[in-house]
Amino acid sequence: MLDAKKLKSQFPILKREIKGKALVYLDNAATTQKPHSVIKALTDYYENINANVHRGIHTLSEEATEEYEQTRNAVAEFINAKEEEIVFTRNTTESVNLIARSWGDKYLKEGDVIVVSALEHHSNLVPWQTLAKRSGAMLHMLEPGDYRLPAQTKLVAITSMSNVTGEKPDLKTVVANARALKALVFVDAAQSVGHEKTDVQELDCDFLAFSAHKMLGPTGVGVLYAKSEILKNIEPYQYGGGMIKVVEDLSSTWADIPGKFEAGTPNIADVIAFRKALEFLTEIGLENIQAHEKMLHEYAVEKFSTHPEVTLYTSPGSPVISFTLDCAHPHDIASVFNEEGVAIRAGHHCCQPLMRRLKVPATARISFYLYNTTEDIDRAEIALKKVISIFK
Amino acid sequence: MDLYSEIILDYYKNPRNKEKQADAQAHAIEHNPSCGDIIEIFLHFDGAGKVDKATYEGNGCAISQAATSMLTEELPGKSKEEIANLDNQLIYDLLGVPISPGRVKCALLGLVAVSSAINNLKP
Repeated sequence: MLDAKKLKSQFPILKREIKGKALVYLDNAATTQKPHSVIKALTDYYENINANVHRGIHTLSEEATEEYEQTRNAVAEFINAKEEEIVFTRNTTESVNLIARSWGDKYLKEGDVIVVSALEHHSNLVPWQTLAKRSGAMLHMLEPGDYRLPAQTKLVAITSMSNVTGEKPDLKTVVANARALKALVFVDAAQSVGHEKTDVQELDCDFLAFSAHKMLGPTGVGVLYAKSEILKNIEPYQYGGGMIKVVEDLSSTWADIPGKFEAGTPNIADVIAFRKALEFLTEIGLENIQAHEKMLHEYAVEKFSTHPEVTLYTSPGSPVISFTLDCAHPHDIASVFNEEGVAIRAGHHCCQPLMRRLKVPATARISFYLYNTTEDIDRAEIALKKVISIFK
Repeated sequence: MDLYSEIILDYYKNPRNKEKQADAQAHAIEHNPSCGDIIEIFLHFDGAGKVDKATYEGNGCAISQAATSMLTEELPGKSKEEIANLDNQLIYDLLGVPISPGRVKCALLGLVAVSSAINNLKP
């Protein structure tokens, strides 16, 4: 079991006070806080290494390149992939758009079907909606728990964990059903990679995307995993410097993978600092993080369930708990929580299709990470009681 | 706490002018997409071109609903030009509490809907 109180001390921002009270941060599904080691890696980079990567002969450029590529290696190891299969993007959304353009525009045509689930974040839905419009393919939305695929399915794009309810689709069944149709599988793993072990070999998905900032890393770094055979056979997403092999006057050839998908100067500093986040998570152990979050989940569900005004939307053991109150709107809930120094999120969480199915316009959401404690949940319950006392 | 003053909670829990008007000359619906709040405005004008009945329908947070209910009480007697010139400050004054940046859209949703209703009026 991890020592959350001890870990908390490594996150400078968690020493802040909000409205005169010690900050309780329960908005981790939106973004997590950063440990001192990650913040220090950013300043270290700018103070000691800063140079553009690749093609530099001077020491700084060689060091920056080495550090940048070491993070690629660390990411590959973290999800059991090969280095050449890891593309750095800006965020999960850009990873989705890259595949929708570079893979989708090449292979999809009228009569094909793209399958998504009703749990998807808009980032793993809207790019496929627009791909369907461009290509003439149909978009099919699976209801939660239904994994039956239309016969013409060419791609299934599905989350590994809902950012609203924490529900985890049965990806093994999804992959098996897709394989039977020779369809590919794109996994939006933004909510799960920092919380439980991801093994792309075992999962056997074709694409997987996530963001550094939801797992202790800096903002501005996304990861796209794709099987190397696929990456080799698709066109770049953006064109320019860094992604070429030979540039003739009138045409060019592309760098090998993954370089051909990283046009322009990449986010060097943030990528390098991301490695410290991966080291932090590895040292604690994802299985310990998962066990800690399960404990917090059970504690929070028990506390919140004692209030009859509360409706919970969550999945057993998950780090995400959405809730509504019969007497107060989610925005009002979040405002009162903020007055109590407790940061939570309220809204549709970029999941309007799921909101329609839950038959609510919005929910309030608490989401945990490794530095949260049962005392944090106690503080959330105090805020909850305050909301009820104001609006009842 | 400051935000949920007694008067705001009173307008939220006991809304004034919350009804539809089938014969309204000006009508508009506005959403706040980030939270699903919805406000529908109905304005009826007298022979002199002044509002004689302003009502709303909708659901959402206490701030958006209370602000709209308060606003409908301010509109009777005003011409469409006067309504078109209403300032955001009116809403802040009516609410009478500090509105944080994250809640500005909630506070102003009703006023946006009223402006849309005026714009929807045929000249």
